[in-house]
Amino acid sequence: MDQTNKLPGTSSGSYVWIAIRGGILFMILCGIVYPLLCTGLAQLLMPGHANGSLIKDASGQVVGSELIGQTFADPKYFQGRVSSIDNAADGSGSNNYAPSNPDLLKRTQDSIAAWQQANPDVPISKLPIDLITNSGSGLDPHISPKSAAVQIPRISKLTGIAPDTLQQLVDKHTGGRDLGVFGEPRVNVLELNLELKTMLNK
Amino acid sequence: MGVLQIVIVLAVVFLLVKPLGTYVYHVYSNEPNRTDRIFGWLERFIYALIGLKERAGMTWKKYVLSFLLTNIVFVGLGYLLLRIQSVLPLNPNGIGNMEQTLSFNTIISFMTNTNLQHYSGESGLSYFSQMIVIMMMMFTSAATGFSVAIAFVRGLTSKGKTLGNFFEDFVKSHTRIFFPAAIGVTLILVALQVPQTFDPTLTVTTLEGATQHIAIGPVASLESIKHLGTNGGGFFGVNSAHPFENPNGLTNVIEILSMWLLPASLPYVYGRFAKNRKQGWVVFSAMMTLFIAFLVVAYASEMHGNPAINALGIDHSEGSMEGKEVRLGVAQSALFTTVTTAATTGSVDNMHDTLTPLGGMVPLAEMMLNVVFGGKGVGLVNMLMYAILGVFLCGLMVGRTPEFLGRKIEPKEMKLIAVAILMHPLIILAPTAIAFVTDLGKGAITNPGFHGISQVLYEYTSSAANNGSGFEGLADNTSFWNITTGLVMLLGRYISMIAMMAVAGSLVRKQWVPETIGTFRTDNKLFYGILIGTVLIIGALTFLPTVVLGPIAEFLTLR
Repeated sequence: MDQTNKLPGTSSGSYVWIAIRGGILFMILCGIVYPLLCTGLAQLLMPGHANGSLIKDASGQVVGSELIGQTFADPKYFQGRVSSIDNAADGSGSNNYAPSNPDLLKRTQDSIAAWQQANPDVPISKLPIDLITNSGSGLDPHISPKSAAVQIPRISKLTGIAPDTLQQLVDKHTGGRDLGVFGEPRVNVLELNLELKTMLNK
Repeated sequence: MGVLQIVIVLAVVFLLVKPLGTYVYHVYSNEPNRTDRIFGWLERFIYALIGLKERAGMTWKKYVLSFLLTNIVFVGLGYLLLRIQSVLPLNPNGIGNMEQTLSFNTIISFMTNTNLQHYSGESGLSYFSQMIVIMMMMFTSAATGFSVAIAFVRGLTSKGKTLGNFFEDFVKSHTRIFFPAAIGVTLILVALQVPQTFDPTLTVTTLEGATQHIAIGPVASLESIKHLGTNGGGFFGVNSAHPFENPNGLTNVIEILSMWLLPASLPYVYGRFAKNRKQGWVVFSAMMTLFIAFLVVAYASEMHGNPAINALGIDHSEGSMEGKEVRLGVAQSALFTTVTTAATTGSVDNMHDTLTPLGGMVPLAEMMLNVVFGGKGVGLVNMLMYAILGVFLCGLMVGRTPEFLGRKIEPKEMKLIAVAILMHPLIILAPTAIAFVTDLGKGAITNPGFHGISQVLYEYTSSAANNGSGFEGLADNTSFWNITTGLVMLLGRYISMIAMMAVAGSLVRKQWVPETIGTFRTDNKLFYGILIGTVLIIGALTFLPTVVLGPIAEFLTLR
């Protein structure tokens, strides 16, 4: 690195030109060529995943994405996590309540009261925390297996489906940790309810 | 199981630091090697296109001039494109032009590798802007930072007058590191269900018959470079907590490794340049020690949960789940949080505003120190700055002229280092104070009590450290916040970079002092201890009072 730069073409003026030409070139390479190449390859090789992992119901109608949570108001269905944005998937977000925020405490207490009313058979000491907390995205498609299990008595009572059958259904839609270690076991609420709906319609 | 998944990720980092560091060293050592045959043709083509006729070494001033000019071009073009995005192609969702101060903030944010976002991706940017402004800057700002770090290391370790050629380093950063890695990671992410499409927002009828609009787009290609370049700006408002950006535990691990591996390998690269690998391992060990200490605090605090919620009598064995995703859980969230603020990426897979007080203190403290791995190059440069400071302090104690890597450290270098070290707290604490005494600043606080202090402090710390994560409850898309954080990001990035390049430029010209028995060694356990001590003492002296007012006070009130 001992060369000095007295050669022509390395003055500050030429740096400006190199910077401008380089700027435009890298805009094209990083901002157009790269994403187009990636999109092309992804669409060609894995179109299902690249287009949002959509799920269809029995009649072939798209009912949502496997990855995006939905709101289930009907107590016959398994409920997902709290979403301050009501699962609006075009504006992800949450309330960002700090642990010391009184509004957080109030919302959680209200959730617990509502839970007790809808699920009188399950003591609140069994109520898992993920079911009454707001997810980070407001779009969490999953609940923990425990959160699905505690809803079974309510759903069984409302639908007349035996608790064992419901537990089998939950187990079927419980995903393990990735590669057996990463992440947490989870139940996909939309997929679970989709199959529950099919059972109810029979 | 929580601890096991963390240990596995750490083990992968330990295993890959050396091979990756060796590769990175060969990229920038400019000695002929095997990879020239793969990438050489593309690089020669790019040199020809940009008119780079010969690639002579540059003095530190020319190097600085080159990267500043290049960045100015990107800033100018990027700002223009954001302001007129509504008439540009690839805008299927009909998104309007971005407002002036928000465009200013966004452009500075991405050019400085900060990626603080005062807009929400779903509603603020067209697909074209996401590509040509955001993804482009994610590459180029990372390449700039990487090049500057390498030039700094060359200054410390080589003789002569020059630090290398910026344009060559910049091009090679793209062709040999970021392009191949980004394309590879993109395809892996798509295989794991991250979308990559130009279709507009999807409209579906839900199971219960309601209508749901699902924002989508070229997510995977942004997600990969976002982490590889330690950028951190999300495609969606909630960043990597969004199930499309981070659909499962495995994508979470891949994103963690993407942002962590390159910064973690840089100390090894430095050791190679210094022709003394122990120098590199000392720096790496100091970084890793601080990292593990922070990680333990974050994980333990989040597993313990929020005492106020736990007292309600529910089953809280999962830990604190407010603001977290079920598929990731506490372990993957705590690890991600600790890595993203260590590597100054600033992406989040859980909402930092909702972290328990001590859990939230961890990202804050890491950004205040700004030396635990650090973003593309910046962390290594900062850590070496502390190393020189440590040598200087020891020199004072024994009454010898301090030396670092065989070069005498003299008043000129120490003055520059003092500027760089003091700038960081100044641009955090001064604007924080200003925000508290003005209604424009205070009005943005959304959480009452001590946590409000943390929200403001976090925003400026994140800007100054060029991290970009936030206590996102802060209502920060106002002219006041856009402009003040924009300025803090600018100063935080360029002042320390220029000061450290000046140090490198000064050191590279010095006579080498032969090593004697009296030389203070910088490649042993003693120096590892001194390095950690220097970082912690300086950090505590500057930031402890504000940390006590924010997270620690909140912790004590909740306990």
